[in-house]
Amino acid sequence: MAKKTITPTDEFVKGLWRDNPVFVQVLGMCPALAVSNTALNALAMGLATTFVLLMSGLSVSLLRNFIPREARIVCYICIIATFVTSVDYLIMALSLELHRALGAFIALIVVNCLILGRAEAFASKNTPARSLLDGLGMGIGFTLALLFIGVVREILGSGSLFGYPVLPDTFQTWTVMVLPSGGFFAMALWLLIVNRIKKKAADAARKPAEVTA
Amino acid sequence: MTGHAAETVTSAWSMYRAIVGIGAFCALVIVVVFQSTAERIRDNQARFLAAAISEVLPETRETVAVTRSENGRLEATSDSLPLPVFLAYGSGGDLAGAVVTAQGMGYQDNIRVIYAYSFAENAIVGFKILESKETPGLGDRVEIEPHFIANFVALDVSLDSSGTALKNPIVTVKQGEKNGAWQIDGITGATITSEAIGNLLNDSAGSWVPVLERDARTIAPPESK
Repeated sequence: MAKKTITPTDEFVKGLWRDNPVFVQVLGMCPALAVSNTALNALAMGLATTFVLLMSGLSVSLLRNFIPREARIVCYICIIATFVTSVDYLIMALSLELHRALGAFIALIVVNCLILGRAEAFASKNTPARSLLDGLGMGIGFTLALLFIGVVREILGSGSLFGYPVLPDTFQTWTVMVLPSGGFFAMALWLLIVNRIKKKAADAARKPAEVTA
Repeated sequence: MTGHAAETVTSAWSMYRAIVGIGAFCALVIVVVFQSTAERIRDNQARFLAAAISEVLPETRETVAVTRSENGRLEATSDSLPLPVFLAYGSGGDLAGAVVTAQGMGYQDNIRVIYAYSFAENAIVGFKILESKETPGLGDRVEIEPHFIANFVALDVSLDSSGTALKNPIVTVKQGEKNGAWQIDGITGATITSEAIGNLLNDSAGSWVPVLERDARTIAPPESK
């Protein structure tokens, strides 16, 4: 079977749409649902996760011949935890307010299965450059997905966007959207939209093939 | 690189080398990041606290951190305590009030607050929540609800005749049922959080106000610059 060559651009782009970590792989649900109650929190969480993805992908890829198979999980977790701790300090140095808002979820990036998943499935088998591109794509895809959820929840739940009021005062805010259950509603809405678009695209791609057959 | 899939046994040495090596590398990274951010984090925390103090007691120009000594006397301190207490001095170097941080259990987690005590009015005259993880949209309304914030314009904490306890303990009442200056008008839908704030203020003011009233004027004000 002829192997299709994967260009570096593909490594980057796949995380944005085709293999989007939240809407397609449905990974990292804990932060995606918990910290997406406002657009700003979602953005900050996404960027922090992207940083950890990039750094851990690079490190795991550089060390991939040094780490024996039997001890790989402990090594990956150790590397990931190091960068999460670094992000924690960096956010505290940047803004205490932001650190307050993200709370315990920064520390919980360690157990975000997306990061360990990319280390195991991709970085441990690919060059550092490709791992960086993969991490960047997945990170941006994750950030965008969180932002999409956060925007819906903030507009409906608080009537604002990034803290600025966007809906008239007469709008009765849906408190449920800022509560944890609102995360599931917004997530389901976006899953519905994404899957519908994907299905349409797949149908359109199959049609010409059926005609020629 | 060998292409075959035969089981190869990894030597113990290479496992030790990988785990210990990565552990040492990670420790190094953490120490470097911690060292390079520590100063900014300390600055941020100091600025955050200073901003909170001038928010609850705007006339503050200078502060002296105080603590209770073992025999219960008030004394100046230079230690950074988990729940610091300050005497606040106005522009003329006169005692403007005291700013106290307090903590108590809310609905989700500890709530940490800061409040200003006025010696002239014998009342809590400013209040701000420093840290809370209360339910968004419900419990966290204690930070924004105007009628709740209005409780802390002058919340009576005057002492009884013995000077060792509050004349009236601070209590949170149901929304709209406040009829005493020592009562906190609660929030419907944030009952547990508003009661938690009443309780933590009662505990904190009950233990601090008698000491502050007795000893605060004996503490030397800061050297005016």
